[in-house]
Amino acid sequence: MDFSNLNINDNALYESMGFICGLEIHQQLATQKKLFCHCPVGLTNRKYDAEILRHMRPTLSELGEYDGTALMEFKTKKEVIYRLYRDRTCTYEMDDTPPFLVNQQAIDYAIRIALLFNCRIVDEIHVIRKQYLDGSIPTGFQRTMIIGVDGWIPYKDRRIQITQINLEEEACREVSDIGHLIVFATDRLSTPLVEIITGSDMKNPAEAAEVCRLLGNSMKITGLVRRGIGTVRQDVNVSVAGGTRVEIKGVFKVGNIKHLTAVEALRQKGLLELKNKFNDRFGSNPKIEYKEENLTPQFSGSKDIIGRRLESDRPLKVLGLSLPDLADFVSHPLQPDWDFGSELSGRVRVIACIDSKPNLFFYSHRHRYDIPDTVWDNIRNKWQSRSNDDVVLICGPSADVTTAVNEIKIRIGELAIGVVNETRQDMKDGTTDFERILPGPDRMYPDTDHPPVKITDSRVENNRRYLSEPLWDRQKRWVAMGLSGELVNALSLSSYADILEPLAQDNKMPLKRAAYILVGMLTDLRRSGYDLRKADRERLKRIIESALIEKWPHKRLKAALIMLAHGDSNPQETKESFSPAAFDKFWEDAQNKFNSGTSNDKCGKFRRFITGRLIEQFPHHSEEVLTRIAQRLDCK
Amino acid sequence: MNDTSLKGYKGRAKEVLQSLGGRVWANVVLQTDRGDFEGVILPRSETADGDHIVLKLKSGYNIGIRSDRIQKIVETGYKEAIYKIPEKEFPRSPEKPNVTLLGTGGTIASRLDYRTGAVIPAFTPGELYGAVPELADICNLETIKLFGVFSENMGPMQWITLSEEIGRQIEKGASGIVIGHGTDTMHHTSAILSFMVQNSPVPIVMVGSQRSSDRPSSDAAFNLRCASYTAGHSDIAETMVCMFGPTSDEYNLLHRGTRVRKMHSSYRSTFRTIGDVPIAMVTPDHVIPIKTDYKRRRNDCNVDVKAVFEEMVAIVYYYPNMRPDIIESLIDNGYKGIVIAGTGLGHVNKPLYPALKKARDKGIAVFMTVQTLWGYVQMYVYDTGRDMMELGVIPAENMLPEVAYVKLGWILAQTTDPAKVREMMLAPIAGEITEREPFDGYLILQGGIPEVEKFIGQYHR
Ligand SMILES: [Zn+2]
Repeated sequence: MDFSNLNINDNALYESMGFICGLEIHQQLATQKKLFCHCPVGLTNRKYDAEILRHMRPTLSELGEYDGTALMEFKTKKEVIYRLYRDRTCTYEMDDTPPFLVNQQAIDYAIRIALLFNCRIVDEIHVIRKQYLDGSIPTGFQRTMIIGVDGWIPYKDRRIQITQINLEEEACREVSDIGHLIVFATDRLSTPLVEIITGSDMKNPAEAAEVCRLLGNSMKITGLVRRGIGTVRQDVNVSVAGGTRVEIKGVFKVGNIKHLTAVEALRQKGLLELKNKFNDRFGSNPKIEYKEENLTPQFSGSKDIIGRRLESDRPLKVLGLSLPDLADFVSHPLQPDWDFGSELSGRVRVIACIDSKPNLFFYSHRHRYDIPDTVWDNIRNKWQSRSNDDVVLICGPSADVTTAVNEIKIRIGELAIGVVNETRQDMKDGTTDFERILPGPDRMYPDTDHPPVKITDSRVENNRRYLSEPLWDRQKRWVAMGLSGELVNALSLSSYADILEPLAQDNKMPLKRAAYILVGMLTDLRRSGYDLRKADRERLKRIIESALIEKWPHKRLKAALIMLAHGDSNPQETKESFSPAAFDKFWEDAQNKFNSGTSNDKCGKFRRFITGRLIEQFPHHSEEVLTRIAQRLDCK
Repeated sequence: MNDTSLKGYKGRAKEVLQSLGGRVWANVVLQTDRGDFEGVILPRSETADGDHIVLKLKSGYNIGIRSDRIQKIVETGYKEAIYKIPEKEFPRSPEKPNVTLLGTGGTIASRLDYRTGAVIPAFTPGELYGAVPELADICNLETIKLFGVFSENMGPMQWITLSEEIGRQIEKGASGIVIGHGTDTMHHTSAILSFMVQNSPVPIVMVGSQRSSDRPSSDAAFNLRCASYTAGHSDIAETMVCMFGPTSDEYNLLHRGTRVRKMHSSYRSTFRTIGDVPIAMVTPDHVIPIKTDYKRRRNDCNVDVKAVFEEMVAIVYYYPNMRPDIIESLIDNGYKGIVIAGTGLGHVNKPLYPALKKARDKGIAVFMTVQTLWGYVQMYVYDTGRDMMELGVIPAENMLPEVAYVKLGWILAQTTDPAKVREMMLAPIAGEITEREPFDGYLILQGGIPEVEKFIGQYHR
């Protein structure tokens, strides 16, 4: 596989590979309070008030054994620190108080979203615990519940299945994860969110990204969801023919989905090639004769990267492991700048908690390190390595090195399987890396702390009344109105889109200009501090209408909008007749008032302050006022 | 169709299951007026309504489906849940101490049945070894299941059985006793065991969990490891409660059985020593003593068991405007002892006086404790206190109300002579009355105060 010519737009290529993809979109709801306690929702950037320390312990599975995933997570033996915030967390988030009854506002919001996506609403909601041992939730499980099933949305000429919509509590924010210590902030914990699960209906990376955007935007325009960075996260399931479902967790940007799913499909293709090669070479019952040697004495005092690492204050060990007849596997590319050796590194980072970069040193990659060739040659001569034998050096705390060696052997053994059923994380550099083995439905069990919640038909119907027109219907109409794809996309996300509808009734109305005002001008104004989202909708509509009909100059419209943003919804007669002298006098007064404040920022705050004051003072001369302000302020 | 096949179902839902041939644990397709649902029919909670049927879907989620929507039930498979945990041989070695775990109910360790969500308790050494393998590094474990009752159902009968079994195990040479117990009444049991079992040569350690062991965040395994270590290795030959120190997974505290109380309905660190400091801190591999005045481990197998209890004893929690009929009803019902939890230094209102006098005249032992929990009863300071002593109410020093209650029941089963009862009540046997309250025996840090916030910011609590 050559990743230098990676083409993520070659739909035919991915379809020929049997690419299928499903989405899980996690969208926080705009409720005031959290899902199972009465803490306010919202992040804080204050320093934490207290910390507690916990460990997660796997519970026994049906066979009385610890299940594979659980055991893997337990192997990492992490100490988990939770940071607590007086204004954001209570003893529920600490797992020291049982849940309060579920937030009813959150249930109603989730019902509306489920109805929007044509789901059947369940008759009785059951709260379920979904185990997570990574520490991201202090209880060790997430409380989650099905709200709706069997929905769909229209896409192209077909329907994308919405198999399930869940309401669940958000996990903690990870602050750091170094070695055996992982730190979480609990402010985000237990924020209500809906999880939208689609069928594996997307046939190429472009479709995955488009459907994700469609679902996300559909929810955004309802006003029921939180907006901003981190309020929505996507998990993407990808598989190709002969591969296995692999889940890429926590994709932050929808824009990355196309690239990540394409790369994942190619990674699976690469692993399937390796599977065939591995089975041909080592047979159905592979017996690989690894050699191991403690090389700590050889490296202590050396000047290279390993020697420098040994100088740390903790006692570390260096172990050499031979990888016989596997060098071509190690350097087999699977993602851009990422080969099977990197795959091994990922496993070791997660399972053995050896996370210095690089955490494994391969002979095949020797040009990347400053380890002298003579060092490699000594090891290889001693082991009588042949040309396709690789050597890997592992440096870390002794117990972790043992875990690492074991994990490397396990992962190499899994070459015979091809694609491993796992979750991977978005590394934000266009690649993904191992996160954990994919947990199955056997990690779900009922939450005995919470009674079932009956959902009556009248509650469902009541919620249906709050539904606005679905995005896909709006978009169809906008396209019919002759708006460009770009404007349609921008309008899809705009909170003012509803204003366009009545204007469209009048066929003399310049709709493109109207759309531009709504998505361009109002956004610009908001960025300069004039937020019209809370302004009187009727007045906003009337101003835009007049501006369009009377063909107002840009400045006049802007002034009118600024005035509206200032809340002067009922302008009276001119408080003082306008004259340059009056303007100057008022300017000085306003400036003095402003200076007695705390800020000296003349270009941002002051500009907004003075503009607001002057337009309020001279409402019928707003164009003149804006021109004069621009002249008086030397900043742009 | 028998009862277990419709476990928990009632009303309309039960009728629908019966008429359409649905049963619990069956894999079914439910055909409804809103489409098909596929999954396993689960038992229904007894307290839930009679209108819905619970289905576990393939995704692992449960939902309730209104029974009147169901038109047809097609069974596609059946697999009954098996409530059994596989045993593994508990590794034994002569170097390790022999610890006996006595089970009273409540689960210390368990596993989940993921198909149904049921929690299956682990109890035998083999099961416990499967659940908490670290135990094998601490001791050789023997387990005896005495009864399976919830904490709130522990009573005199169970206390007596438990004490007698402890006596037998000590005489057989156990190096220590661990008692698995629900947490709600753990301090009542720890107090009565302190009286019923005296001069033990080995540690008697009560343990439980505040977060059930089916949760990854459970305190159960850590508590069990700390308790087993204490029982097998510590030199503290007393009856103790071994539970979380802070809410963080850092160390447990060993509380003297007569001075400990559950102080929060749900925190892990709910048990606190009242009016004193705990005996020690403990982790799964060492004990750090805090006090030095504890009874030491001995090599003999001698123990005094006096397992008796008079049940006609009550605690009366005084409140303003309490009427004498509360006391009178106890007198009329033949109660032999009353422990009052009074306000402040140990007070009740005047209207109760005639009833208290009547109690004294009937030979009922009445003792005063404080509902403030911390501090001593002091009835000399105010007239009301002196009046009450005239009426025969005996101040019980700094004995906790629940401790005074179990002690009085234990004494009244041995003697009804008022002078003897008084003498025995006021003579400390197991630290239930202390001569001194140390300056750090009452520390409820008040949040919000700058220095406390600084402390909370620095240490894991
Ligand atoms: Zn809270």
